[in-house]
Amino acid sequence: MTAGNNFSTTVESRVLPSFSRRRKWIQRIGFTGLTLATLVTVTPILLIVIHIFSNGLPAISWEFLFEFPRDGMRSGGIFPAIVGTFWLTLGTAAFSVPLGIGAAIYLSEYATENRWTRAIRIAIINLAGIPSIVYGLFGLGLFVIFLRMGTSILAGSLTLAIMTLPVIISTTEEALRAVPNSFRVVSISLGGTRWQTIRRVVLPQALPGILTGVVLGLERAAGETAPILFTVAAFYLARLPSSIFDATMALPYHLFVISTQVPGMPIQIQYGTAVVLLTFVLLMNITATVIRSWARARRQW
Amino acid sequence: MNAFNSDLNEPSPVPMEVKPRALNASMEIVLTDPKIIVEHLSISYSDGTESLKDIYLAIPKNAITVLFGPAGGGKSTLLRTINRLNDLADVVKVQGHVWLDGVDILSPEIDVIKLRRKVGIVFARPVVLPLTIRQNLTYGLELAGQKDRTIHADAVERSLKAAAIWDEVKDRLDEPAVSLSGGQQQRICLARSLVLEPEVILLDEPTSGLDPISTGKVEASLQTLKENYTIVLVPHSVQQAARVADYAAFFLGGELIEYTIGKQIFTNPLDSRTEDYVEGRFG
Repeated sequence: MTAGNNFSTTVESRVLPSFSRRRKWIQRIGFTGLTLATLVTVTPILLIVIHIFSNGLPAISWEFLFEFPRDGMRSGGIFPAIVGTFWLTLGTAAFSVPLGIGAAIYLSEYATENRWTRAIRIAIINLAGIPSIVYGLFGLGLFVIFLRMGTSILAGSLTLAIMTLPVIISTTEEALRAVPNSFRVVSISLGGTRWQTIRRVVLPQALPGILTGVVLGLERAAGETAPILFTVAAFYLARLPSSIFDATMALPYHLFVISTQVPGMPIQIQYGTAVVLLTFVLLMNITATVIRSWARARRQW
Repeated sequence: MNAFNSDLNEPSPVPMEVKPRALNASMEIVLTDPKIIVEHLSISYSDGTESLKDIYLAIPKNAITVLFGPAGGGKSTLLRTINRLNDLADVVKVQGHVWLDGVDILSPEIDVIKLRRKVGIVFARPVVLPLTIRQNLTYGLELAGQKDRTIHADAVERSLKAAAIWDEVKDRLDEPAVSLSGGQQQRICLARSLVLEPEVILLDEPTSGLDPISTGKVEASLQTLKENYTIVLVPHSVQQAARVADYAAFFLGGELIEYTIGKQIFTNPLDSRTEDYVEGRFG
């Protein structure tokens, strides 16, 4: 056993009970339970990933990635869906990143703590919990119909952006708050304005945390089906979108379509599409992890 | 009022007569042309505690004025009022005036940015920004829009020498400032406030976390610096107060108890509370 246990047995305390055998067992059972909980959580994820990749990888080819679907989507590639998801993710970022970071800077650096800002924070937390289909219907009502955008990349990006905003705002705010306040005081005391302090000290220090939040938010947007269902996604389009006012195919919706709506679908294509979507999302996730660990290594506080 | 815009360095008439309570019985010297006059200053925080009660204090040029007393006496509050850093704190009520060269720095019309360039501060814990040594020093210049590299280099060398740390860091200016020891970091912080060529330097227990050798170095550089600057210091011990004070003000519970020349207050204080504190009967 450890040195600690030896110590407690060799030096008998008059006030403390000895470290009993029973407590040792309780400790061991506790550790075992926690280890099991971790395994139970991780195993299904690993199994799913392994299952999808082992079934889907054979379907991946140059043709699958870069050609249009043929034969009622039963053969050929998924190029339009890949392109569509790429543009949708980019469009989502274009709207949600500046807005989200701006809102977080306001909440963390400028707003005073009062009833109003507390209400805003509660609203943000609640927004994060709204089911994605509700965002989809909201986007349909507001962007597609009321603002006459039609089913378009613009409407879909805006819908996804609204869904992503709470994630970006709360992670960015957290990253900003993690920057020690003493840095701000020093900067102000050296004749800095609030904005100079934010731009020169706070933002650079918070940037890795912000980027992580942004990537995690966008990753979720890239994989969502419900918000794009009514706002942008096309069942099948024989051409690539040429502007932000075009509808487009997208990977998650395409996967839904070929899994449920098309009879006689080769299983490889379904798995292959899942592999592409999963890789897209995992790559973003890895990017976030790399940014985080890189930043942690060079953080000076 | 053109406060702090162009005429900062012009001597303007002190808009008050110097006849205050704090300067009477317990004040043996008569200050002519003080740098700072704190006039009937009262400050309370939002939690209802009053931090300073009707303070009256004149701080002379080219000397070290020490504000000392037990914790919670209001010393730091007063210090942070002189460059308006208290604006960042939960201060709800400020009454009275603080005159710096005849300008009321508590006036809402004051350009606080200019004020803070004129009144530098060093904190108890050395806080170097997560930048290189050189960038830490030029930070204030960059904020002010000064981009001239030769001016930067001159200012860095001049202030590092004044803070007695030039020899230790001159070959490693582009290393991260956090790689320095605590004592070196604190002298970097002192140098950083000197870069802007302030007229007043506020020090809030600047040596509380330092070893005796670093403390000695900081104190020695203060003795040199006072020839050109007005220095206001909150010491971390009565011993330090006695070592460095040209003038000393004893604060207790937000009140200024006694204010006189340093030698007198530590050898022959007039107020019994000052005497008890100086002799270590309470702390």
